[in-house]
Amino acid sequence: MSVSQNDLTLENREAITSLLFQLADDDFMYAYRGSEWLGLAPHIEADIASSSISQDSMGHAAMFYTLLEDLGAGNANDLAHSRKAIDRRNCILTERVNGEGYYMETPHYDWAYAVVRSYLYTQAKKVKIDSLCGSSYKPLAEAAVKVRIELYYHRLHWEIWFKQLMSSTDIAKNKMNAALKLVMNDFGDVFSYGNQKLAIEMTKLIGTEEEMKANWTASIEPVFTTLQLELPKIPDSPEKNGRMGEHTKDLDEALTTLSEVYLLDPVAIW
Amino acid sequence: MTTFGKVSTEQVYEVLIQVKDPEIDSVSIIDLGMVEKVTTEGNNVKVVLLPTFLGCPALEIIKKNTMNAVNELPGVGEVLVEFVFHPPWTSDRITEKGHVGLRAFGIAPPPRHFEEDGSWHVDCAYCGSTYVTMDNIFGPTACRSILYCKSCKNVFEAMKPVSTLM
Repeated sequence: MSVSQNDLTLENREAITSLLFQLADDDFMYAYRGSEWLGLAPHIEADIASSSISQDSMGHAAMFYTLLEDLGAGNANDLAHSRKAIDRRNCILTERVNGEGYYMETPHYDWAYAVVRSYLYTQAKKVKIDSLCGSSYKPLAEAAVKVRIELYYHRLHWEIWFKQLMSSTDIAKNKMNAALKLVMNDFGDVFSYGNQKLAIEMTKLIGTEEEMKANWTASIEPVFTTLQLELPKIPDSPEKNGRMGEHTKDLDEALTTLSEVYLLDPVAIW
Repeated sequence: MTTFGKVSTEQVYEVLIQVKDPEIDSVSIIDLGMVEKVTTEGNNVKVVLLPTFLGCPALEIIKKNTMNAVNELPGVGEVLVEFVFHPPWTSDRITEKGHVGLRAFGIAPPPRHFEEDGSWHVDCAYCGSTYVTMDNIFGPTACRSILYCKSCKNVFEAMKPVSTLM
């Protein structure tokens, strides 16, 4: 049975809000990290694609924050900019820096890491979005249909980069494999629903954590098989769980930069 | 004193033809299939729009331009313009007139069909040649791709096809 905004029980509302924060915060941070590549990607076509994907992803985050606003969770802009790290529900993977250095100074970012993170994150997002298209919460199901369309091109793009670099020179392969290890170390909370797991799964807002993990593994298997790579394993329990508000210092720094302009004058209309 | 009759939906559609894509001035939001519904109640008007791409920065401008255009109608009362996500905007909502307008701007209209493998083909927006290569699926805006024509040797753009079947 699908429900609309008006006939929610208090319990349902808590579960939906919790899931929406996870989705919104994930895309918000992913888009921000992607935007830090602006002007730095290996060539101009990659730069255009990367910024376009970041822009789309920020649009997805904005839409999830709007759904939260519709549920009375607060103003969408405030939710994006004014919440502290401890209140954020994004997974650790999306908050990690792009590499050493700072964007405004001397960024020594790691493109292999960007490709692996983006490919595996986008694949995980696709699995969730596919499931959300049948969500019991109708506004979320409708939004998912919209995101799914745009995600098609993102996934295609990162898969091509992943395949190309993984079957390129030894240097490229080494960098990619090192990046794969880093990314997988952080994958333990990607499919976690945090402390609302039971309610989220019981009310069929989205498939279970186990289903999502299995679908994700199945979705990357053909590519890993073609590349003769061992299928990556999702860590059983994450060192830190972003869905519980546990985060790294990377998030603190990102939030300071991200909100700098907004906090100068929160009532300004940009 | 002048008195005005009720504002009709036909009148609203009439003015919406004047609301162009801020980046492609040969195509209106009606041609793009962005206008989902127009309703009137007395002299109050509600326009429901569909966003093309969720992160498109032109959406706010389009909303403002739509408000301004409808407010020009004589005797109009309250005007409400809102974006909804459902139904999702797809590129097959672009009308034939929209296709003509896109071509006039040098952008190949989105193809109506996908190949079995999900790829798609457009002809050159300038010379019509079919000998083109995809340069970048992503382009200067979220909705466009960049291609190269081997015949007239021009770089050109195409509106990306998007469909719920993808």
